[in-house]
Amino acid sequence: MIKAQQKPIAEIKALIAPYHRILILGCGTCVTISFAGGEKEVGLLASSLRIASAMEGQDKIFAEATVQRQCEWEFIDAVAEQIQQADAVLSLACGIGVQALAERYPDKVVLPGVNTTFLGMAVEHGVLVERCRACGDCILGLTGGVCPIARCAKNLLNGPCGGSQNGKCEVNPELDCAWQLIYDRLARLGQLDRLAALMPYKDWSKDYDGGPRKIVREDLRL
Amino acid sequence: MKVGSNLEKVLTSGYFAATGELGPPKSADPGVIRHKASLLKGYVDAVNITDNQTAIVRMSSISVGIMLLQLGLEPTIQMTCRDRNRLAIQSDLLGAAAHGVKNLLCLTGDHQRFGNHPTARGVYDLDSIQLIQMVKTMRDEKKFACGEEMDVEPRFFIGAAENPFADPFDYRPYRLAKKIAAGADFIQTQLIYNVPKFKEFMKRVCDLGLHEKCYILAGVGPIKSVGMARYMQTSVPGMDVPEEIVARLKGVPKDQVRKEGIKQCADIISEIREIPGVAGVHVMAIEWEEAVPEILELAGLLPRPKV
Ligand code: SF4
Ligand code: SF4
Repeated sequence: MIKAQQKPIAEIKALIAPYHRILILGCGTCVTISFAGGEKEVGLLASSLRIASAMEGQDKIFAEATVQRQCEWEFIDAVAEQIQQADAVLSLACGIGVQALAERYPDKVVLPGVNTTFLGMAVEHGVLVERCRACGDCILGLTGGVCPIARCAKNLLNGPCGGSQNGKCEVNPELDCAWQLIYDRLARLGQLDRLAALMPYKDWSKDYDGGPRKIVREDLRL
Repeated sequence: MKVGSNLEKVLTSGYFAATGELGPPKSADPGVIRHKASLLKGYVDAVNITDNQTAIVRMSSISVGIMLLQLGLEPTIQMTCRDRNRLAIQSDLLGAAAHGVKNLLCLTGDHQRFGNHPTARGVYDLDSIQLIQMVKTMRDEKKFACGEEMDVEPRFFIGAAENPFADPFDYRPYRLAKKIAAGADFIQTQLIYNVPKFKEFMKRVCDLGLHEKCYILAGVGPIKSVGMARYMQTSVPGMDVPEEIVARLKGVPKDQVRKEGIKQCADIISEIREIPGVAGVHVMAIEWEEAVPEILELAGLLPRPKV
């Protein structure tokens, strides 16, 4: 899922400074699971902003709402009225949700309350890790199910760099070296010979280097 | 003979090669290059010029390489995948070859996080093995990475790096094999202080017959101080500095440490020379270039052969 982190409160305060009525809008999907922008976080953020506003002698008004998914029109339309009443919407959804709002409500100021960080999962409670970079040309079938694009700091395709030591990545010793993981997996699967093959140059045009991407499914179009 | 560089000639004639390293300045001062070149001239078969080493911006490797040619030294330029995509790499290599540069070391590059622009975007369009393959295709098939043909191809004696001390240890010789399959003509290893472990690595390399398919230069370098030895032991990723290396430097009076470091380096070279499959040494004495002639003299590697 998409993982996000709430922005520092000082940055949020600076973003909303020019506005009086602010709707804090959460999302019930990815950011709820990553504890960054669900109903609970909307409530907590609204309380801290209310207190800060009072202490600084401002009379800002904060409304709260959370929709099931901010990246789908029908869900954001459910709070159309609250959006209309606000001077600005502070969205706690990922960047997709923020943009969906901006597109649906062209006259409304929409501000991001979180930093959309990566595609990943929780490996334990409170620990989120990156797993995929949506490169558009998945090679997990060649690498034992471990992604060297998202999980190797230099997205190497032909084995570990010279800094891999004790299973950790030289760039961030808190993370496992992806190529050590790939090596161990292939060893277990009896597929170490795969490492001998030269991996061809990657086609980055399927990643963001090809420009913004679009999928059109003619079979599904109405 | 693939390209006829001095380094290639020394190696193919069966001499034990000795190469040096020159770190370009963090400025536009050509005087630094002239000075460092004068310290190395005549003592080594080729001089490696680092390419934004440790991700710190410095004068470019290719431009310093051209200066060395003008000064009568043979350069080995370096190219990393960190800073350039396949377009930039190929165009820079065409230029380097047009200027007469003949040796090239292909590297992935230290991650930008370790350097002085940690917020820069890293490129990593290719990895070092793909870079080797691309350069070989340009040289041997006269083709760009996209498959288009060219009239005059850049001819490089292709080098690659390998760290025998990184993990997984068992995989390292196979990674070397992959670099050779991709097109490496010579290999430079990471700095060697743990000679027994390097011996084990070389045994595996020879068992695979890799020493017959490419020239392996062992990386060596003098240590200036006990502090530096400790730092390399604990803080440099992929470095293996056994305790006795530090102990030997600690065992001499403070004003003798540099001298001992030079002797220690020469002793390591002598040990390495005995290991089957090693074709030469690459002496890395960055910011201490004046130590190189003394080390090579002590190790019995001077004068250098004229080929
Ligand atoms: S190879 Fe690409 S699509 Fe597959 S997991 Fe990695 S980044 Fe995602
Ligand atoms: S240590 Fe492993 S994960 Fe980190 S950059 Fe090197 S190969 Fe990639």
